[in-house]
Amino acid sequence: MSGPGLRVDVEALGLRYGRTEVLSGIDLCVEAGERLCLVGPNGAGKSSLLRCITGLTEPTSGGVRLDGQRLRDLERAAIARSISVVPSQVDLPFSMRVEEVVRLGRLPHENPFTGATPEDLQAVDAAITRVGIDKLRGRDVQQLSMGERQLVLVAMAVAQGGRLIVLDEPTVHLDLRHQVEVMTLLTRLSAGGLTVLAVLHDLPLAAHFFPRLVLLDEGRLVADGAPDEVLSAERIRDVYRVDPRFVPALAASGAP
Amino acid sequence: MTTTDLLREHAPVRQGTFEALRHRPVVLGLIGLVTLAVAVVAGIGLGSVFIAPGDTVAILARELLGLPVTETWASAHQTIVMELRLPRVLTALVVGTGLSVAGVTFQGLLRNPLADPYVLGTASGAALGAAIGVLLPIQIAWLGLGLANIFAFIGALAAIAIVYRVAGGGGRSTMTSILLTGYAVGSMLAAGLSLAMYLSGSQLRQIFFYLLGSLAGSDWQSLAIGLPVIAIGSILIMSRARSLNGLLLGDDTALHLGVDVRRERAILLALASLVTAAAVALAGLIGFVGLVVPHVVRLVVGPNARLVLPLSAIFGAAFLVWADLGARITGELPVGIITAVIGAPIFVVLLRRYRTGYQL
Repeated sequence: MSGPGLRVDVEALGLRYGRTEVLSGIDLCVEAGERLCLVGPNGAGKSSLLRCITGLTEPTSGGVRLDGQRLRDLERAAIARSISVVPSQVDLPFSMRVEEVVRLGRLPHENPFTGATPEDLQAVDAAITRVGIDKLRGRDVQQLSMGERQLVLVAMAVAQGGRLIVLDEPTVHLDLRHQVEVMTLLTRLSAGGLTVLAVLHDLPLAAHFFPRLVLLDEGRLVADGAPDEVLSAERIRDVYRVDPRFVPALAASGAP
Repeated sequence: MTTTDLLREHAPVRQGTFEALRHRPVVLGLIGLVTLAVAVVAGIGLGSVFIAPGDTVAILARELLGLPVTETWASAHQTIVMELRLPRVLTALVVGTGLSVAGVTFQGLLRNPLADPYVLGTASGAALGAAIGVLLPIQIAWLGLGLANIFAFIGALAAIAIVYRVAGGGGRSTMTSILLTGYAVGSMLAAGLSLAMYLSGSQLRQIFFYLLGSLAGSDWQSLAIGLPVIAIGSILIMSRARSLNGLLLGDDTALHLGVDVRRERAILLALASLVTAAAVALAGLIGFVGLVVPHVVRLVVGPNARLVLPLSAIFGAAFLVWADLGARITGELPVGIITAVIGAPIFVVLLRRYRTGYQL
């Protein structure tokens, strides 16, 4: 409603696939402009929670509100204008240039008959520059490295111009430098008022770049707060079942 | 701050002869329309009786546009133009358009470059329908359409309806399962076709002729039914180019980009199937047009459906009019042979030139 960021409320959300309980009793409020990272072991339900929040999966119980409106009452196109999602990977059936992929981010804004407006093209240019992939513009996406493709998908989401940007493991294929660049970009976006919601496996990276972490384990929300509160040595041992000394960077960044 | 210097070593964009056309789709469209116009005039003028291009244009101008052109041609020529060649050329044009538009749609929906309008069992369904129509010992002609044509139309639509139902297309099924179901159903129907051909005896040649595709049977009446179906279907598909673009990145990303995947997929499948069924009812199974034309267009302008659909419609029309002309002046060879003989080398040359990373 007010401000550029989207507020997300997850209320008593539960999700089952058949008999398997994937998520249960998740309560979470992400304020407009907040930067939040979901962490947790494999199979904890992080991606499923993102799918529920972006409307891809209908929760079995509870629900999601965007700026107070129930997600299930919103139309697909309206959701797409509010939420930009960076896909973890896509495979393209045809040869496509970087610029063409980034342009797809403008689909929710395009007029179905006249197509992209100069305004849309401007947003595409701005996104490409913002992510720093100008040099890749005209290249065939299929010839890019996995990391470069990931940057292209980030640019697509930036061009989409949602008030919430959602990223599932945006840094897996990136080298250290590009990881830091993407994280810095997210910090800048949220400084500009956008809400940022990400899933990361890299705990030191998450702890360093996100002011708020939410730890999931076996479909439940275990901890929610500042990195050093959430990632205590005890929790690392309980949830990940490893000796916390194996996460040296975490110790170095000040987390106990 | 940015990644630019890291990326500087990368080679520039692939360059090709058509690079200049890539960002000029309107110019490309005009080239296509000129090619099509020349094809129409040549297609009407050439054949066992030669009619000069000037006369052809004059006859068309007078008969179709009502322009006051003085008659300087033999009246037999006018009959040939208006009753024989014009309906045939227009049928080729319409079928070429329909197959190309349906080809773009199926390739986009199935996210598979090997898809063509016949991929989901439509070909086998239409062929079986036509064979049954040929074999039934009744002769009905409805508005100029023979039983074989009507049954081909029904067979094509029935095949795709079965595929969609069996694959559970309305539910969570993926396009891969639809594709595989299409293959299975197509094989079943092909077995039925083989049985029909085995039992057909003296009518085998008639069925065979249908399988190879031909525009020899074109007339105004069947065109009057087929044209609106293909034209309206194609326009409706073009109005949903946005959905096809969204589906390029897969179902999940399409949803994130605001495409109601399930609904759009059902609508686009239905429209493309209707267009394909109308095309096979008019001209039998003409191969290669629906596979190659969309690819050639994509190689030049990229995969944006908003450009690929209309340009494929124009170039598909021109291609089939030329191919049918080739079929006629070589003594009524089946046009499917011509489309393959012309289309395959063009396609291979373009693929080699652009070295695109097609994922099959």
